[in-house]
Amino acid sequence: MQRFDLEANGLRALNETLQAQESQTNETAWEVVNPRGSHAIAVGLDAPLDVTVRGSTGYYCAGMNQQATVRIKGSAGPGVAENMMSGTVVVDGDASQYAGATGHGGLLVIKGNASSRCGISMKGIDIVVAGNVGHMSAFMAQKGNLVVCGDAGDALGDSIYEARLFVRGEVRSLGADCEEKEMREEHLEILRDLLDRAGIDARPEEFRRYGSARKLYNFDIDNAY
Amino acid sequence: MCGIVGLFLKDKALEPRLGELLTDMLITMSDRGPDSAGIAVYPGAHEGLAKLTVQADDPARFEGLGAAMSRALGADVALRVKDTHAVIDLPADKVAEARAALKSLCPEARVMSAGEAIEIYKEVGLPGDVAKRFDIPHLTGSHGIGHTRMATESAVTTLGAHPFSTGMDQCLVHNGSLSNHNSLRRKLAREGVSVETENDTEVAAAYLTWKMQEGHSLGEALESGLEDLDGFYTFVVGTKDGFGVVRDPIACKPAVMAETDQYVAFGSEYRALVNLPGIEDARVWEPEPATVYFWKH
Repeated sequence: MQRFDLEANGLRALNETLQAQESQTNETAWEVVNPRGSHAIAVGLDAPLDVTVRGSTGYYCAGMNQQATVRIKGSAGPGVAENMMSGTVVVDGDASQYAGATGHGGLLVIKGNASSRCGISMKGIDIVVAGNVGHMSAFMAQKGNLVVCGDAGDALGDSIYEARLFVRGEVRSLGADCEEKEMREEHLEILRDLLDRAGIDARPEEFRRYGSARKLYNFDIDNAY
Repeated sequence: MCGIVGLFLKDKALEPRLGELLTDMLITMSDRGPDSAGIAVYPGAHEGLAKLTVQADDPARFEGLGAAMSRALGADVALRVKDTHAVIDLPADKVAEARAALKSLCPEARVMSAGEAIEIYKEVGLPGDVAKRFDIPHLTGSHGIGHTRMATESAVTTLGAHPFSTGMDQCLVHNGSLSNHNSLRRKLAREGVSVETENDTEVAAAYLTWKMQEGHSLGEALESGLEDLDGFYTFVVGTKDGFGVVRDPIACKPAVMAETDQYVAFGSEYRALVNLPGIEDARVWEPEPATVYFWKH
């Protein structure tokens, strides 16, 4: 495993080194020490690397990720895995606001809680949160799955286009045009697979499914102010 | 964008290190607010004594002010000059008289804070430079809050820097912007509460002072602020023996807290907290939106 000391060598060197790895690289295992809450750690990766960050991170860790697995052995600041395209990001602690925002693909696992706006404008990413999510999560979600094993805050799925939202605990309130949906066998299958891939021991049958009522798709004069 | 740091010590053994720890946190937040910086500390009260922290652009104005104030009040007064600021120690019952006397003795001086314990130091410039000018690393105390400013709502001036103090031993720092500060300023004026600058944050500080004058606790004042203050805010507030945090219901402005047996710490980002003793084992969390947090000695 290659070891990179962020405090000694700096952020630019880290990201340049990781981004320079070819897709056939043999040096796939990396460890980043002394992150000390720095911003933009391991962003823009595009190779099948396995990067472990030993500590908590600041803004935008693992942003724009493709192919790589990034493991954060601490908590993550705002915008973790923002605009992820593929690969996997695992946060051992909590995640701050807008985790997984605008993500197009890949899997984001948060083993603690996520705060507000988790999965805002998600476009195909799968997000699994072992704890709770804050208010306005999955706001304007377009595609993908958000799985919440704990509770969801206010206005879940506000102005949602498409995307599946699975919540095991309480939902404080649903946002505009978000409604509870029937949980069919196909959804249980999807959920079982996501929980399995996230390594979370929970029964799919305990979750409820929410999604778009599709009433905001077309202009309705009664919605105008 | 602005940066906030705060440290409320539970363990007296850390008190000699308050200034050093806060300075490190403040400098880490330089890139959130390189315009100006300020700090409020509570070095502890002495029975029967109070202090005024005053500021003048030209420190030469403080020459002879101690003796003149002593004569005007007919009481013992001590003056400590620190760069553009001076702390005037005086009998606790003479604060109002001293404020009035200051207007004629040193018309250029502005009162930064008044109280039994509080001292405020703030200036335009990089946080590291401001900390050096006032020798902040050597300040001691039971708690303190600091701010690095990136101005949005009013000019980059010493008086526009945070913390703001609008009541005895009270102070407030703010990350965000208020949208109803003009109407609130007029409302406070009708209630007899004056606000000195054009700054939105000072209105928030004055609002809390007004609520407390009406008999509310700081916690209750912060709760009613959630109703009456419109805009984005993370506030950290200090009182003689207390330390509070509140975020608006949307909670865009970042906040991280850490607590150990020795302290409660606040940072706009986790980065600000990484050098605190025992941070590895601290309970670290993000304060909830629209929720008042408060600690008291």
